Amino acid sequence: MKFDRRTFLTLGLGAVAGGAVGINFTPVPWKLTDDVSIWTQNWPWTPVPQTGETSYKQTTCTLCPGGCGVSVRKVGKRCVKIEGTEGHPVNNGGVCLLGNSGLQYLYGPDRVRGPMKRAGRRGEGRFIEITWEEAISEVAEKLAKIRAAGKPHTVACMTGAQQDTVSALFARFLEAYGSPNLFKSPTAWDTQRLSARLMCGLDAAVGYDLDNADYILSFGSGLIDGWGSPVHHLANYGAWHDPDTKEKAYLVQAEPRLSLTAAKADAWVAVNPGAEGPLALAMVHVIIADGLYDKNFVNSYTTRFEDWTDPDGRQQAGFKRTVLENYSPDKLAKITGVAPERVRKIAREFARARKPVAICGTAQGDQAAALYHVMAVQALNALAGNINRPGGMQILEAEGPFPWPDVQKDAKAEKGLEKPRLDAPAAKPYPLADGLIHAFAGAVLAQKPYPVEALLVAGGDPAYFLPRASEAKKALSAIPLVVSFSPVFNDTAMYADYILPDDLYLESVRDVPSPPGLVPRVVGLTRAVTDPVYASRPAGDSLIAIAKAMGGTVAGSFAWKNYQAALKQAMGGKWRTLSSKGYWIDESPAPSWTQLFGGKRFSFCPTPPAGGRTGMKPQPLVVDIPGDAKSMPLLAVPVKSMQLENGQMAATPFMMKTIPDTVLDKADVLVVEVNPQTAGKLGIGNRKAARLATPFGEADVLVVHNEGVMPGLVGLPCGFGHAGYSRFVRGKGANYHALSGAVADPLTGHDVAWGVRARLTQA
Amino acid sequence: MSQADPNHKDHQPAADNRYAGLLPLTLFLACVAAYVSLLIGWELFPRLLYAKHEQPIDFNHALHVDQLGDCEGCHWFREDGGFSGIPGNFTCTECHMDAIGYDPEEIKFVEQYVYKDREVDWYVYSRQPDCVFFSHAAHVLGGEISCETCHGDHGYSEHLRPYYENRITGYSRDIWGEKISGIHQAPWEADAVAHTDEEEYEQPAPADFTMPSMKMDDCAACHYQMKGVKREGCFVCHK
Repeated sequence: MKFDRRTFLTLGLGAVAGGAVGINFTPVPWKLTDDVSIWTQNWPWTPVPQTGETSYKQTTCTLCPGGCGVSVRKVGKRCVKIEGTEGHPVNNGGVCLLGNSGLQYLYGPDRVRGPMKRAGRRGEGRFIEITWEEAISEVAEKLAKIRAAGKPHTVACMTGAQQDTVSALFARFLEAYGSPNLFKSPTAWDTQRLSARLMCGLDAAVGYDLDNADYILSFGSGLIDGWGSPVHHLANYGAWHDPDTKEKAYLVQAEPRLSLTAAKADAWVAVNPGAEGPLALAMVHVIIADGLYDKNFVNSYTTRFEDWTDPDGRQQAGFKRTVLENYSPDKLAKITGVAPERVRKIAREFARARKPVAICGTAQGDQAAALYHVMAVQALNALAGNINRPGGMQILEAEGPFPWPDVQKDAKAEKGLEKPRLDAPAAKPYPLADGLIHAFAGAVLAQKPYPVEALLVAGGDPAYFLPRASEAKKALSAIPLVVSFSPVFNDTAMYADYILPDDLYLESVRDVPSPPGLVPRVVGLTRAVTDPVYASRPAGDSLIAIAKAMGGTVAGSFAWKNYQAALKQAMGGKWRTLSSKGYWIDESPAPSWTQLFGGKRFSFCPTPPAGGRTGMKPQPLVVDIPGDAKSMPLLAVPVKSMQLENGQMAATPFMMKTIPDTVLDKADVLVVEVNPQTAGKLGIGNRKAARLATPFGEADVLVVHNEGVMPGLVGLPCGFGHAGYSRFVRGKGANYHALSGAVADPLTGHDVAWGVRARLTQA
Repeated sequence: MSQADPNHKDHQPAADNRYAGLLPLTLFLACVAAYVSLLIGWELFPRLLYAKHEQPIDFNHALHVDQLGDCEGCHWFREDGGFSGIPGNFTCTECHMDAIGYDPEEIKFVEQYVYKDREVDWYVYSRQPDCVFFSHAAHVLGGEISCETCHGDHGYSEHLRPYYENRITGYSRDIWGEKISGIHQAPWEADAVAHTDEEEYEQPAPADFTMPSMKMDDCAACHYQMKGVKREGCFVCHK
């Protein structure tokens, strides 16, 4: 046989064919196909969940004031899911969108990963990392210098709305340091507390037993839009509409816009914006005129209902006469915009209900309310005789300050504390003023009564939430030392010289005050569900370290080893329950009227603490929104929803994904709601671009026609236009607070603006 | 090649003789090649495909079952139906905060993992791709299948088997099954089910016990058999 090319090819082909046939009778092709397909699933850039042992850890959510118990599912050391804690008295297994996506804060790009020092211009957001030792010693040194120069009063501190041990520690620090300039963000709950103090003569928080009420008259309170303890009320709403619930509740919502709560309520009363208080007064009139009030309560436990004699012996008109003479639904119809018949019908239903309750604090209750509004609503509750009754308004007596040793004060501190507060000039006209945070920026920029040398931001986000935020930003830029304790790069942190990042609620132990308005009171505790993800530290520990570094009486006032020790002492008898169970629930029964008032009476026309002869007679107040009505003919009102914002944290990336383009346009333009009638007059079509101008700023918007908003109003969604946070939230839409200005309540001086004048022009 | 004259076609057959025997030889070679392929496919391929690893700690199941009485001391169901398949240090340290014996493997575990707060990187024989959802609760509590049906007498082994890692997929050989052919007895026909007699449990796992494979067809076959369904929904396992 000749071995040539032909032979070679034939033999070769034969061998290959044989091999090919042979290999097909082995598992090689089939197994390889299978393995390769699985291999493609495991390419390194494919995200894969971590593996490890599953466990659940309990903590309390602090992303809003709601105080929900949350259960965190962990795989190995990684937290993978947040769920509501079953059986928790606040939320019983429920969780909201923000709480559910809390892990995006824990692991997300918004976090401040360690102590930072500003490297760029203010607001630019350029920082360099420093060590904790450097951060503490540099801040302490600068604060000590200001104090040594005899100017401790020029240091201000903001603690936000929460009244927990950490904000109490900051208040204590200011006292020991020698500054009167503590600024809290007032809420509707503070106004209600003030009203209860005036009317009941008790220092007490106000709660509403909505779990047991059967007729709820809500003056703008967004029961399912994030008011009070949002998940609790969402569950309540569900229970009222559950076919298995025997006792159904009837919800009447009075507000100028068809909010989610209004849409889901049994009745919606479209009241003029800012006129919720006058509407309550008109209802009071109906109840008194028809004699539908609880006569036992009014006669035995109240005062100044009938005409009374003042200490000078002069006859004063009582509550009853004042209301009957002046505030009939017909007389107030012009102010409220509600037909008198409708007012009468609802007032009668309310008074005849078995367990009625009237609630107030518009939208999420995060803004101070007009005192006269709150007093009118509390008068409604008193007339219904529901105070401390099941389903009624509850007076939850305050527990007093935390049981810490007295603050040590040296001569410098004493001298500094004697100085007037920064807001003293602004607060002068208001008899019940107790700290006006909205006057802060103006005082800083005017350098009156004195220039501010330093600001500690322990809570809140003034650069975003203060009215006229652009002014607030200028003020922050003008302060030589701004220290933020924020765990995230919020709008204010961008203006800070130092950021000493706090832990998140999943990383360390901290108390959570009872959610506003919740009955019974439930104090929560956060727990270290995971080790801190970054180099953050509890703000309490940072503050104690700063105090210790300053030495002297400041250090002496912070003798605790760490924040944990201060917390434990503050919680006193509750600590055992708190640390074992994660929450403490007030199980004491509501005191009866006799126990509650103990000789005192509920006063319908209370005497303000500053004195005065006539008492505070009810008034149908609608605070005036300043500005030229001719050039700015529209009224922009805030639109609040749990989906957009709740509490002081911006929405998570996940929440942003749920926002439809009827709220935020695809090109990140803010969508505003305008009644088709108004839009028609302005000649702006549906989904057409427009320019919104207010006396405080301008913004590009997209106009959407919506019959759920009153003619003449512009519904402006809140929660957008952040300058801080991550790229998922930043620079989308416009910030309502930046476009709005403050309007002072005539009594408290708090900002009670319910809107801002505006103009819309076709773009 | 010779210069062929197109006018003398008769000469061609003579040229064929030069290739006499080529066909049988080709066939023979083809057979040899086929045989070599078979050898490669059945013998060499599995050896190349899998990498053999020893577990980081040689865990003695038999000893633990003896001490604790059952599987559930370590492999327990959570209230939510989750299953402690590979218990972490949290479970181990209930007893082994420190070494309680002299076994070098235990000392290694305590020193290398407990003291250093490190989880053991066990090679998991049953790890499936992430697209597969498997609930022990549904099978053991709902379907009342015993642990041994799928895991054999694992609870009575004194040493952990070596782990054979598929070099391409990264998963255990147990998923495809030990036999490279992929042909296995169904789990309900396998030896494991036969071990229902208490006395047999006293014995360590037989050396020749082969795990049932854990591919999709195996899941499907068992579902058809046990649930009596003709088709199973995709979403049952792929959530």
